[in-house]
Amino acid sequence: MAVATETPFHVLAVDDSLPDRKLIERLLKTSSFQVTTVDSGSKALEFLGIHGEDSSPPVSVHADQLEVAVNLIITDYCMPGMTGYDLLKKIKESTSLRDIPVVIMSSENIPSRINRCLEEGADEFFLKPVRLSDMSKLKPHILKSRCKEHYHQEQHQQSDSNSNECSNPTNSNSNECSNSRKRKAEDNEEVLPQTNRSRHS
Amino acid sequence: MAAANQLTALLNNMYATGLLDEQFQQLQMLQDASSPDFVSEVITLFCEDGDRIISELAKLLEKPSVDFDRVDAYVHQLKGSSASVGAQKVKNTCIQFREFCQSRSRDGCLKTLDSVRTEFYDLRGKFQTMLQLQRQLHGFYPK
Repeated sequence: MAVATETPFHVLAVDDSLPDRKLIERLLKTSSFQVTTVDSGSKALEFLGIHGEDSSPPVSVHADQLEVAVNLIITDYCMPGMTGYDLLKKIKESTSLRDIPVVIMSSENIPSRINRCLEEGADEFFLKPVRLSDMSKLKPHILKSRCKEHYHQEQHQQSDSNSNECSNPTNSNSNECSNSRKRKAEDNEEVLPQTNRSRHS
Repeated sequence: MAAANQLTALLNNMYATGLLDEQFQQLQMLQDASSPDFVSEVITLFCEDGDRIISELAKLLEKPSVDFDRVDAYVHQLKGSSASVGAQKVKNTCIQFREFCQSRSRDGCLKTLDSVRTEFYDLRGKFQTMLQLQRQLHGFYPK
C-alpha cells in the first residue's frame, strides 16, 4: 500500500468572523493544507453532506460534493445560530462523519467549555488567536483518524459486529492508511446491506 | 529611504503606545511571496468589519430599551477580530465594554463605545498610513 503524499490534507474551517476566516485560511495554507472556509455551522454541514436534523437521503447531496474528502474540521466555538459545540455534536452523531477529527477554537479560556468539547469528542481545543505553532498539532489527529477509520471499514466488511474503539488495529492496517477519506453516496446516514464497499480503488 | 524610516517609526510607535501587540508580528510572518498582500487584506477586512460593528453598536445603544445581549455579542465579535490582528488597545477596551454589558449599564456602554470609536479610528488611520508607506516601498524592498 503506497502512502499517498501527493494530495494535501483538506481542512474545512468554520468561523463567522471574516478577518478570522482570512487568518485561519492563511495559517492552514502556510502549513500545506488545502482549505475550504465557511461562515456558519449550517453551511459546514451542507458542505459535508448533511442537511439539518432529518437524515436526508444521499440523493439530495450535490454530485460534486460526493467525492470531497475532508480530513479535519476546525471551527470557532461562538457563532450565531449553530455554535461550534452544536456542530461538533452533529458531526459526532453522523455515522459518515464522526471519524473526522474536529478542533474547536475559542477566544475565551473557559475550562468547563473546553472540557465539554473534549468530552463530546473534539480532538483539540485552540485558544484564539490561533498561531502557526498550533498548526503542527493538526496532522497527528488526521493520521490517527484515518487509521481508525480504515479499521472500522475492515470490521464492517468482515462481520456485523459493532467495533467502537480502535485499540488494536488489525495486521492489514499496520501500514499507513493510504487514500484520503471519500464520502460516497452510499455511506451517508443509512444502514446499508453488505455490498462491496471497498473505497480503496 | 524616507519612507522606510517613516514606516519603522510608525510601527515602533504603534507598539510603544500599546496600539499593537505581538500578534501583529504573527500576521507579518504569514506574509510571503505566495501571499504578498496578506497583511493588507486582513487589516482591510478588520477595518471594514470594525466599522460595521461600531455602527451597529451605536444604533443599539440609541434605543430606548437597550438589548444588552445583542450589544455584548457585537462587542465580542470586535474583541475577537481585534485580538486576531493584534489590535491590543481596541481589544482591551472591548473587554471593559463587555463588563458594562454584563452589568447592564447604558452609560458605561455609551462611554466605552466612545473610547472604542476613537481608538479604532486612530488605529485605522495608522494602518492606512502604514499600507501607503509599504506600497511606496514595495518596488525597492519586495518582501
